[in-house]
Amino acid sequence: MSKPNNIFTKFKDLPVDGMTKTLFVAITLCLVCSMVVSFAAVNLKDVQEVNKAIDKQKNILQVAGLYYEGIDVEKSFASFQPIVVDLNQGKFTDKFDPFNFDDRKAAQDPELSISLKEDPASIGRRTNFATVYLLKKDDGSLDKIILPIHGYGLWSTLYGFIALEKNGNDIFGLQFYQHAETPGLGAEVDNPKWKAQWKGKKLHNNSGELMITVAKTSKNKDHHIDALAGATLTSNGVDNLVKFWMGESGFKKFLSNLKNGTA
Amino acid sequence: MSQTRKQLLTDPLVDNNPITLQVLGICSALAVTSSLNVAFVMSLAVIAVCGFSSLFISILRHYIPNSIRIIVQMVIIASLVILVDQIIKAYAYEISKTLSVFVGLIITNCIVMGRAEAFAMKNKPFESFVDGVGNGLGYSLLLMSVGVIRELFGSGTLFGITIFNSISNGGWYVPNGLLLLPPSAFFIIGFIIWGVRTWKKSQVEAREYKIQTLEEH
Repeated sequence: MSKPNNIFTKFKDLPVDGMTKTLFVAITLCLVCSMVVSFAAVNLKDVQEVNKAIDKQKNILQVAGLYYEGIDVEKSFASFQPIVVDLNQGKFTDKFDPFNFDDRKAAQDPELSISLKEDPASIGRRTNFATVYLLKKDDGSLDKIILPIHGYGLWSTLYGFIALEKNGNDIFGLQFYQHAETPGLGAEVDNPKWKAQWKGKKLHNNSGELMITVAKTSKNKDHHIDALAGATLTSNGVDNLVKFWMGESGFKKFLSNLKNGTA
Repeated sequence: MSQTRKQLLTDPLVDNNPITLQVLGICSALAVTSSLNVAFVMSLAVIAVCGFSSLFISILRHYIPNSIRIIVQMVIIASLVILVDQIIKAYAYEISKTLSVFVGLIITNCIVMGRAEAFAMKNKPFESFVDGVGNGLGYSLLLMSVGVIRELFGSGTLFGITIFNSISNGGWYVPNGLLLLPPSAFFIIGFIIWGVRTWKKSQVEAREYKIQTLEEH
């Protein structure tokens, strides 16, 4: 360090508030911090993915009414059979491994999805293949059908599941596992009291029309869900998305095939 | 630990509490105190961020150019917050869903930034770390006190364990729903500040002005 021309000594002697050192500190700090942050993000990603998967399974258990505090999620989830459905044909397909198939990714892939002309649920593209979950009784017969649904509310896309009885018409439950609606208003879609309304409601009337409605008032008790107070747009969103996924572009074909045993 | 260092740790608990005396960090205190589990994780997060950001800023204090010091502090705090957020998401997923944006908002928590600017920029690393942890503890103490009141009377439980059996579960207690809503924390924090200032008169702020009456003219 005795050489006066040494570049490090020169740099060291520069004033802290000078341009060179300011830039140096700013750039070094940003580099170091970004490395720390990305190192953490990359290393913790696997654990976080596992958590997300368990959370999804937990929600499927919840919508099927099987969840209770302290349950072993992965073990109980074994009674569900995930299976990929071709929505255009309304039939099961074995093209994809249901344990690894990602509906959301498929919805982004032009080869696996279609762009919607009529898009009441505001989802843009609809996947052609969806993973459904069949809950079997101990004797192997079908108990409940759990279908993935999603659509736009007020601020966010709501992702959830609807559980149907084996006749494909009676609703057992509805549950959203991801959304960012207003806490206290739209986020009341998570309220157990509101969710409890869905149980026992029927999708279609006797002549096969899709009747289920989320609205303020309705004469039709069998098909009516009370809208959330102070959350008109979220309620409309839920209404639209349930109608969409239970309708022609959604699972209707699959459900009638399943009922006739031709799925 | 020497006397001064001990004071750095214990002073912010009551005598110089960041919430009751300095009235900082109120926003997150309203949001995350409806259940103790959540308040507890939030407390740990703030203690960690506050302590380590003070430590790192203090280590770098001679090298931080004055013109960009706030930005440098923010970058360090933000990186730590992201780190904490990632760890919570990995090891306490359920709680991370409830905390949602509030962990991210620790970045803007005035307590962290306030300690960095007011203490860590002028003091040695270890003292700064202790000061940061102390202030984090002061924040936590209030968070937990508010959390106890809100969870106990709002849902009849503490840390999710039933204390008062609520009517909906066949017990006798009618939960006070107001306590689960954010505004209730305003009242509770207000009452706590009132209590603390009645107990410690020195915390009462001097009047900045007095309304004059006409007769005095």
